[in-house]
Amino acid sequence: MAIPETGYFEYEQGRYGPIYPRTPANYGFSIIAKVKPGHEAAIREHGQVIQAALEQDPTVLAPLRLHYLRWVLFDIGDGLTFQYQGIFDTDFDKYLDDALDLFLSTGITTAFVNLVGFPDDWRTNRAAAIEFFRKHQFPSFLEYGEYPYVTADEVKKALRLKAAFSNMLDEMQ
Amino acid sequence: MLEFDDIQHILLTRVPALTGRYEFLSFADAAGARAWLAAMTERVPSVADLQESVDTDKHWVSVAFTWNGLRALGVPAEELASFPEEFRQGMATRAEILGDTGANHPDRWVDGTAGDDLHAIVILFARSAADRDQRVAEHNELLATCPGVTVLSSLDLEALPPFGYAHDHFGYRDRLSQPVIEDSGEEPTPGSGAPLKAGEFILGYDDEKGPPTNLPRPELLSRNGTFMAYRRLREHVGKFRDFLAEHGDTVEEQELVAAKLMGRWRSGAPLVLAPEADDPELGADMSRNNDFDYKQMDPHGYAVPLGSHIRRMNPRDTGVNMKRHRMIRRGATYGPHLPEGVPDDGADRGIAAFILCASLVRQFEFAQNVWVNDTTFHELGNERDPIIGNQDGTLEYKIPKRPIRKTIKGMPAFTTVAGGAYFFLPGLRALRYLTTLPDSEAAA
Repeated sequence: MAIPETGYFEYEQGRYGPIYPRTPANYGFSIIAKVKPGHEAAIREHGQVIQAALEQDPTVLAPLRLHYLRWVLFDIGDGLTFQYQGIFDTDFDKYLDDALDLFLSTGITTAFVNLVGFPDDWRTNRAAAIEFFRKHQFPSFLEYGEYPYVTADEVKKALRLKAAFSNMLDEMQ
Repeated sequence: MLEFDDIQHILLTRVPALTGRYEFLSFADAAGARAWLAAMTERVPSVADLQESVDTDKHWVSVAFTWNGLRALGVPAEELASFPEEFRQGMATRAEILGDTGANHPDRWVDGTAGDDLHAIVILFARSAADRDQRVAEHNELLATCPGVTVLSSLDLEALPPFGYAHDHFGYRDRLSQPVIEDSGEEPTPGSGAPLKAGEFILGYDDEKGPPTNLPRPELLSRNGTFMAYRRLREHVGKFRDFLAEHGDTVEEQELVAAKLMGRWRSGAPLVLAPEADDPELGADMSRNNDFDYKQMDPHGYAVPLGSHIRRMNPRDTGVNMKRHRMIRRGATYGPHLPEGVPDDGADRGIAAFILCASLVRQFEFAQNVWVNDTTFHELGNERDPIIGNQDGTLEYKIPKRPIRKTIKGMPAFTTVAGGAYFFLPGLRALRYLTTLPDSEAAA
């Protein structure tokens, strides 16, 4: 699906700004922002934080209804840039609501506070945090889904069905 | 501790009223508006007032303002700008977010609440029509002495027979599930969860995430206040009864269809606890009628369909961050009762309710946007709330059932939004502050 530069086909007001459309790959974003000088190590440490949180509680990210998240650091010559790309099943505004609540309740916070422009008072100023995400979201101009519009829950349900059928066939031997 | 002597009673208490009236006001003159408010402020009971007199009083008044109303009273620009954007914009401007399109569009609202000239609301609840009429007459006398204060529209409220319990025109028992505020003195009924921090509903107190932030300024204005979303929902009783008749051959089958739409029998008995047959005794028992969950007791929706009204409005243990999305509901029914078996006379009847919350966007708009009108709620794919969702005849409703679920195609709209607005409900000290604003600051 080819997507206009605006990120939407027709302006439709969401709770915090324009609603981005569901694409064949479902909802998602690409947050790109500059890293504060000297903060690369702190951002890389974030990888350990997330991994540890998931090892402790594999469901910690479940509220976000994710397909996947991808964190990237790269330098194109004028300083380090951070990219945070995700595919999920809720709309953009609900994702931001859920993510902020998750960050606040789990302490998974460090990546964004190392980015230029992320509000210092993000814990108490939800509007400013959401404005940061919207300002640094770069819409795709093209998205493709090999299994279009299928949610993560449907994928998981299909795998459970496959396992159940497999088990049933075993029992029939 | 909650400042009971400064919080308007409607926020914490439900009065024993059978009638009422909402008057929507417009201010053309700031001094006249403040004179009106000065007189009204003396009549608005606090929570503390009500606790002393609720058994003997015959009427109860609350007063709230739109953002345009605060401006018309003369609130300075810097203070006006400190209110959240969704409140400043107003409900009609946010129609798209709320799903108020098509038949529900603000252009079709009947009470003038979509316009910028809506400035205030007077909420009057009374024990009887006589009590109400007396207070309305007194209010009219007051208005006659306050230049530029006029009534845009009004709505009379009437409880429906039988009067022994609250219910709507469709016959569903109401007021069964409400959040309880910490330190309010109220105890949650079993299954309702622990009391929530006061800041979820009253400005100036800690909420579930900690101390309050970004409150409207000055503190004198915002403390002990809250925001209210007003919704006037017309109920199409004839269409509802026709639908039940179409999908159920017997009275019992029709009652089950009605229960599947709501998630409770019309008696109030929850389907989770009474999946096969109604249990009116359970429905009336506040110690039992809210004591259930979904994830453990009904994960697939065989009792309560995943898209039913109560499952959407309070997903309980299947929702995320539920403590941040709860709301307090107050309101009443309006319009004449339509007895069973009587053809629909086309009269305007329905519910006119207020949703009270500290954040209109995080609580009320979230519920409308993510729970009521999201067609993919719980992976349903092509459904909205069967009772209050925006229905245009293209959507469906699925009732899980063994071995094959029942799918109803082309769901009709049983309700239509006929009015709505965002109000700020100040505390009593704030009401007095608003009466003292200088003329020089008053906006046109």
